[in-house]
Amino acid sequence: MVDSGNNAIIRLFHVHKRYGAKFALHDLTLDILKNEYLFVTGASGAGKTTLLKLLYLGEAVSEGQILVDGVNISRINRRGIPQLRRKLGIIFQDYKLIPTKTVYENVALVLEAAGRKPRLIEKKVRSVLRTVGMEDRMKSLPPGLSGGEQQRVAVARAVVGDPKIILADEPTGSLDAESAGVIMAFLDDFHSRGATIIIATHDKSLIRTGEARVVRLHDGRQLSGSSI
Amino acid sequence: MRRFYQRAIKDILENRFLTTVSVITIALSIMIAAAFALFFINAGEIVNLWQKGIRMMVYLKPDTSEAGRLDTKYRLQGIAGVQEARFISKKEAIEKLKTQMQHHAALLDNLKENPLPEAFEVYLQPSARNSDELAFLAERITALSTVEEVEYGQQWIQRFTNIISLFRLAGYGIGALFFMATVFIVANTIRLVLYSRRDEIEIMRLVGATDRFIKIPFYLQGMIQGGLGTLIGLLILLIGYLSLTTHFNQSVSSDLISIQFFSEFICAAIFLGGVVVGWLGCWVSLKQFMKT
Repeated sequence: MVDSGNNAIIRLFHVHKRYGAKFALHDLTLDILKNEYLFVTGASGAGKTTLLKLLYLGEAVSEGQILVDGVNISRINRRGIPQLRRKLGIIFQDYKLIPTKTVYENVALVLEAAGRKPRLIEKKVRSVLRTVGMEDRMKSLPPGLSGGEQQRVAVARAVVGDPKIILADEPTGSLDAESAGVIMAFLDDFHSRGATIIIATHDKSLIRTGEARVVRLHDGRQLSGSSI
Repeated sequence: MRRFYQRAIKDILENRFLTTVSVITIALSIMIAAAFALFFINAGEIVNLWQKGIRMMVYLKPDTSEAGRLDTKYRLQGIAGVQEARFISKKEAIEKLKTQMQHHAALLDNLKENPLPEAFEVYLQPSARNSDELAFLAERITALSTVEEVEYGQQWIQRFTNIISLFRLAGYGIGALFFMATVFIVANTIRLVLYSRRDEIEIMRLVGATDRFIKIPFYLQGMIQGGLGTLIGLLILLIGYLSLTTHFNQSVSSDLISIQFFSEFICAAIFLGGVVVGWLGCWVSLKQFMKT
């Protein structure tokens, strides 16, 4: 195994995640490099979503250590969690948009939470919404959008803060092929700008062979795609 | 901060029903508690006025000679706490009574003999106008050989003061009860808003919002509710006060007794108290909610 520690943005050391007696992840050790394009695949219940949750501290590890951008998130205190999450752009399978806020407000929330100035927020949000083709709908509420449009907004929200890492959980799971292609094109674009992309998916057709690494999970264990 | 205010106002408008219920309850609580306070302030003022007018009537024995009367006056004025002792003759006493009982003056005219005793009207120094001093003075004056009886309004003033004290105690209890009830109501209103928006709060956390960022608009919301409720409560009380005093002034010639409203300073303090109650209610529910 090559020591990739200096270039790794995420490092997992013997990570276990248990729900009661059941292991969701079992002894996972993995390095993810800066600007890497990583697909985490496996059947339902393999542990893909759990892995992403551990990375954004949606869940705590049962055993082991996780380093994200040099910070040991297994030992992070409550106040450090928002700081960690601002380094990440998260795309959820169910979009997780606030239904009572407009498209603009949903995307702007990330920058507001980070304490950015209103003028900068407006400029940045408009720019990102233009990129994902949602500038015309920025006053719309999420329930009035199609699934593909909602996912574009979710992508805009994930990238508006210029995160180092983008975590995407089944980003095309409920989309038709055309919408899925648009979302993946956005992610490719952000990857080309230097972001590390981690996509959890069971859809093998999404995998960019040759340019991406694939980690395959089965019952919480890693079957392939070990540390570089 | 402007952004937080905007979010708080938006939340209030989106949860109009809950906010209205909360504001009305705060207004009622503040109104009732403040009405009690107003009663105590005015009752205390009346007691003070009465205490200022406290005097003793020292009735002399029927057979007291001129020399005995002069001696009594001398001795009365020598007692610590006595400001002045004014002699009231039998004649002056009956004339005074006739003035007071104008409709029954004929009855008094028909009396063969003036039954009223000679007396001294004893005015007291401010330091002696309390129940303990009064009792002590009365005891000393009664011990004088020429004195038949000492009469003063101490007993009913004491009774009135006791009633006021009882009301005050009840007022403190009720005030504390309303304070807790108001905090509880604001806490529950905010809690309901928090639960109705728990998904939104969860999303905010996931995109990197700090607890402070999430909490501030709720605190502002609680403080606005508290302040608004207090203003409405005080306004209702002021309207009640104005209509009562108009009625009171028409029915009673009250140069001595005038009902007063809170000073601007106390109004400001009550308003601030309402804001603090709103904040406290918010703090209680956020403390519980943010742990989850």
